[in-house]
Amino acid sequence: MNVMPNLYTRRRIINSIGLSVSVVAMLFGLFWLCWILLTLLDSGLPALAPMVFTHMTPPPGSSGGLLNAIAGSLMMTLVGTMIGTPIGILAGTYLGEFGQRGWLAPVTRFINDVLLSAPSIVIGLFVYEVYVVHVKHFSGWAGALALSIIVIPIVIRTTENMLRLVPTTLREAAAALGAPQWKIINFVTLRAARAGIITGVMLAIARISGETAPLLFTALNNQFWSSDMDRPMANLPVVIFQFAMSPYEDWQNLAWAGALLITFSVLTLNILARVLFRQSATTH
Amino acid sequence: MPTTFLREARLKRQALFDLLFRNLTRVSAFGVLALLAAIIGSLVMGSMPAIGAFGFGFLVSSDWDPVNDQFGALIPIIGTLVTSGIALFIAIPVSFGIALFLTELAPRILRRPLGIAIELLAGIPSIIYGMWGLFVFAPLFADHFEPWINDHVGTMPMIGQYFSGPPMGIGMLTAGIILAIMVIPFIASVMRDVFDVVPTLLKESAYGLGATTWEVMWNVVLPYTKVGVAGGIMLGLGRALGETMAVTFVIGNAHELSKSLLMPGNSISSALANEFNEAVGDLYTSSLIELGLILFFITFVVLSIARYMLFKLGQREGKAS
Repeated sequence: MNVMPNLYTRRRIINSIGLSVSVVAMLFGLFWLCWILLTLLDSGLPALAPMVFTHMTPPPGSSGGLLNAIAGSLMMTLVGTMIGTPIGILAGTYLGEFGQRGWLAPVTRFINDVLLSAPSIVIGLFVYEVYVVHVKHFSGWAGALALSIIVIPIVIRTTENMLRLVPTTLREAAAALGAPQWKIINFVTLRAARAGIITGVMLAIARISGETAPLLFTALNNQFWSSDMDRPMANLPVVIFQFAMSPYEDWQNLAWAGALLITFSVLTLNILARVLFRQSATTH
Repeated sequence: MPTTFLREARLKRQALFDLLFRNLTRVSAFGVLALLAAIIGSLVMGSMPAIGAFGFGFLVSSDWDPVNDQFGALIPIIGTLVTSGIALFIAIPVSFGIALFLTELAPRILRRPLGIAIELLAGIPSIIYGMWGLFVFAPLFADHFEPWINDHVGTMPMIGQYFSGPPMGIGMLTAGIILAIMVIPFIASVMRDVFDVVPTLLKESAYGLGATTWEVMWNVVLPYTKVGVAGGIMLGLGRALGETMAVTFVIGNAHELSKSLLMPGNSISSALANEFNEAVGDLYTSSLIELGLILFFITFVVLSIARYMLFKLGQREGKAS
């Protein structure tokens, strides 16, 4: 008689232990997020003087800012996105619209998924091998090229996923009106998937603006102002890396300021992309 | 007559555009394959001098002597595998808990914001993890946790030798913990997504038989999604293996083979990040590139397995519905 209640209690206890552990795991995850963000605010905000945006990176022991690094990061991110996005959208369109038959689409999809999480430092090595070695100097172009290789798989993935969400009836309606396929895709399906694709591009920008590893062997760094993409180029992540690893307190403070800037712009982009996508998803 | 002629010409032109557009997209898709081939090709080319000089001995040699041009990959390979192993050891249960919370426990209003919060953890650039790990986490770890580990775990028989050493804060264990925090969001979001595909009917049947939430998770949801869960774990592993900046800051960059996890070590990616720009001599550079090739090979295999597993789950889901 009393076996049943015991079994029942045991199951309930196991259940509550399991569920409490799950709540603890959730709190554990949030705990790190909060801790990291609070550290950034705590160390970054005091260092975030107006000078950061108006002065160049200083030599050790004197004050300065991050202007050249911010400008370099913006330029390389922009160029990288501009190279990667069109290729990504085109290839994603192939997977989403023409990829029903043949071997190319499944293979590409698979390789693309692998490239999506390939170690970014290897991409830096690759660009070093095929570009930097041949022109014999580090340059902003090489950095942008490395970043664009990271952008491509992200854009391909989101473009394909978004195209698949577009109802086939839309395509059929356009085809019934006599539109040729290239028009259907360019003016109907891609347009219907636009918000999602923009979200993907924004996520890609967020991803590359914090990437350090691929820039180490490509853009390297530059202590001075340079808008020449054919020369070594300052950029925020590498400057943060160099300054944080240095023993100088001025440099470390600047690194915190840079870290705060990068993290909050990346997180803002992330949140913005999601909000944008959600809005467009609910209005359709 | 001229109108039909015109119409035909227009149709022909549209067909040409169609052809052009389709091939343009096909070439772009093909470009992805070419990119992979180029990456592998260039890495192999770059590592030829090292392959020629050391052969397969490179993989098992623990030498790393730039002065005498003697190089071996054993220490970085072990470092990469051990730190990733520690990361998974911590990240798997935590991710499971988070996914369980997000799919079964959280009130509906909280699910989305909490899910986004966890994904934001993945959005933080790796260099920030590295900086935070070096300046904030490592000192705390050295002052409060490592002495405790030394006193309590380090004195145990068998496993003690892996957990004793000077409390420096930086080392393999610290790198592994930071990596764990970084891969939790990846594994957790894959787990959440695969848990979401479990048919409600299955879960409700189990609930209807009187199963508890935990039993439903453990005996219904997990067996149904195990392939996908394994895929998610492999995905996290792929991330952990290739992670560079966070590890570089906290692993200590010592080319030494030590048993203890509290001692500094080196990983493939951090060796690359630290030494590549300073490497002089063809053999040194080439050895580093071969390290990159090994890393790419390992992550490629791991990620392929991950994708295959997730694909399998997707296939079964397709059949079921």
